[in-house]
Amino acid sequence: MLVEELMNRNMITLPPNATIREALQLLEKYKIRHITIVDEEMQVLGIVSDRDVRDASPSIFLDASDFSILNKEISTIMSSPVITIHPMDFVEEIAYIFYDKEIACLPVVSQNRLVGVVTEKDMLYKLIQLTGTHEQSSLIEVKVPDQPGQLPRVASVFGNHNVNIVSVLLYPYKDPEYKVLVFRVKTLNPMPIINDLREAGYALLWPNNIMEPKK
Amino acid sequence: MTKAAGFIYTPNFLDYHFSEDHPFNQQRVLLTKELLEAQSTLMAEDLVTPRIATDEEIAIFHDTAYIEAVKRASNGNSKKERAQEYGLGTEDTPIFPNMHQASCQLVGGTLTAVEKILNGEYKKMANIGGGLHHGFQRKASGFCIYNDCAIAIKYLRKKADLKVLYVDTDAHHGDGVQSAFYDDPNVCTLSIHETGRYLFPGTGNVSERGIKSGHGYSFNLPIDAFTEDDSFLELYETALRKIAAFFKPDIIMTQNGADSHCLDPLTHLCGTMRIFEKIPLLAAEIADTYCDGKWLAVGGGGYDMWRVVPRAWGQVWNVMKTGTYCKGALPEKWISKWQNESPVLLPKNWEDGADIQPNIPRRPEITEKNKLLLEDMLKYTAII
Repeated sequence: MLVEELMNRNMITLPPNATIREALQLLEKYKIRHITIVDEEMQVLGIVSDRDVRDASPSIFLDASDFSILNKEISTIMSSPVITIHPMDFVEEIAYIFYDKEIACLPVVSQNRLVGVVTEKDMLYKLIQLTGTHEQSSLIEVKVPDQPGQLPRVASVFGNHNVNIVSVLLYPYKDPEYKVLVFRVKTLNPMPIINDLREAGYALLWPNNIMEPKK
Repeated sequence: MTKAAGFIYTPNFLDYHFSEDHPFNQQRVLLTKELLEAQSTLMAEDLVTPRIATDEEIAIFHDTAYIEAVKRASNGNSKKERAQEYGLGTEDTPIFPNMHQASCQLVGGTLTAVEKILNGEYKKMANIGGGLHHGFQRKASGFCIYNDCAIAIKYLRKKADLKVLYVDTDAHHGDGVQSAFYDDPNVCTLSIHETGRYLFPGTGNVSERGIKSGHGYSFNLPIDAFTEDDSFLELYETALRKIAAFFKPDIIMTQNGADSHCLDPLTHLCGTMRIFEKIPLLAAEIADTYCDGKWLAVGGGGYDMWRVVPRAWGQVWNVMKTGTYCKGALPEKWISKWQNESPVLLPKNWEDGADIQPNIPRRPEITEKNKLLLEDMLKYTAII
């Protein structure tokens, strides 16, 4: 999946000479945590997080006279240079950047202009969709040997029952010789599939590993 | 004079029939009726013959385009892809001849029950042929075509300004009904069900609270797989009492899915008949405390149709009619009539034996987790 499919095109930006106060107001108004700082050509100059702004703000215990600090230019506190990504980068890659760089917002730049932003929250939203939990479904987890041909064999059991698969995930098992296939299928009655999987000798994980009548 | 309780029945309920091996089998209604007759808690004068719902009545909840799609399927005139857009012709809700009429009959049952309560003829009504809580505005889902619960509540709200408490104890989340009233503060929904982590439909999280002016009137208790009686009842009883006290309903409607039982093949819950004795007792208590006795009960899921469903639904009627549930031996007449047809040994008693429940390896953790869930949900029932 490409970044352009999930990036947010309604970008909230400020010019470098905007004040810290303006940044604070934007963060509160739009309930966001990052503002990209751009010049007139929409070239990215820096990025400011809510924490940068808070660090620069006077303590709430000080009296109002000290708040003149909020009139300073945002360019004095922005992070620069900024890690940016391209609309044709992969979603997997931004997940890695978020993890590796310990950041939570990436401006998307194309032809040297800001065209969107992707936040950690956007990525988590996609992740929820990947897991299929937002659609009506039953979940079946199958433990398979980590060998070629397992997925099509298991998936054919679902195909035989004319049941629509909402999502498929494959994740490592604690024993590295196995993998776990996680299917979300659109049916209230997964029993025929579960029975076929059992008959084919596949190990099912909780709670379908317990045979009927649940004994 | 107002009668205490009426039992909706017509043999036409059995026309709602997907196929021989489909788990949703309306023979359950007949089995329950005959069990109750043999027990002598259901008499000829208790029976109420339902009417059929009209298309206009179906349309108070469902889209006309969807109703037309069901009718086309019903007459064998639908194209596969078009039908599947509406959730028809799937493994869960296959197409069968006259499915429109059969579905309208189930809805008619629940509407008749509503009418009998509204016109004062009866205080309490049971339509165990209804309870199809997964039906959506324009989509069939999870064995359900027309959502009689949602239609009946819409109908009731149209005819009378009563606040409706809808309580759903089916092991699956009552998603169709919840969504129908998600923005309505006059209809409060409570669903206790197995967590959607494994089980269809996957929704029913405690965080689903309603939207717009209906915010705060949807409640969900997604209990863990392998929850047994004690934990189920602790959560259910506490939640229902608190929510009833908060909402103060004018009428209570219960959806009595019987699939939370440990013998049920489609779910991972582990209840016994104990929960199916207590559920109707609590419903009657809430009805008498807040609703001047007005209680409408419908059926729902339940896929061990021989050993579990007739007893579970039987107890709903027993409580409705007599104020308490039945104990002891099941009538010999019923057992001997049906044992030949049943592929499993029919139970001997209304209660389950102590040996029916499996050993649940992580029971203390399940109980602990459910308790946290209850606390989480209860914070929405009190004003801080």
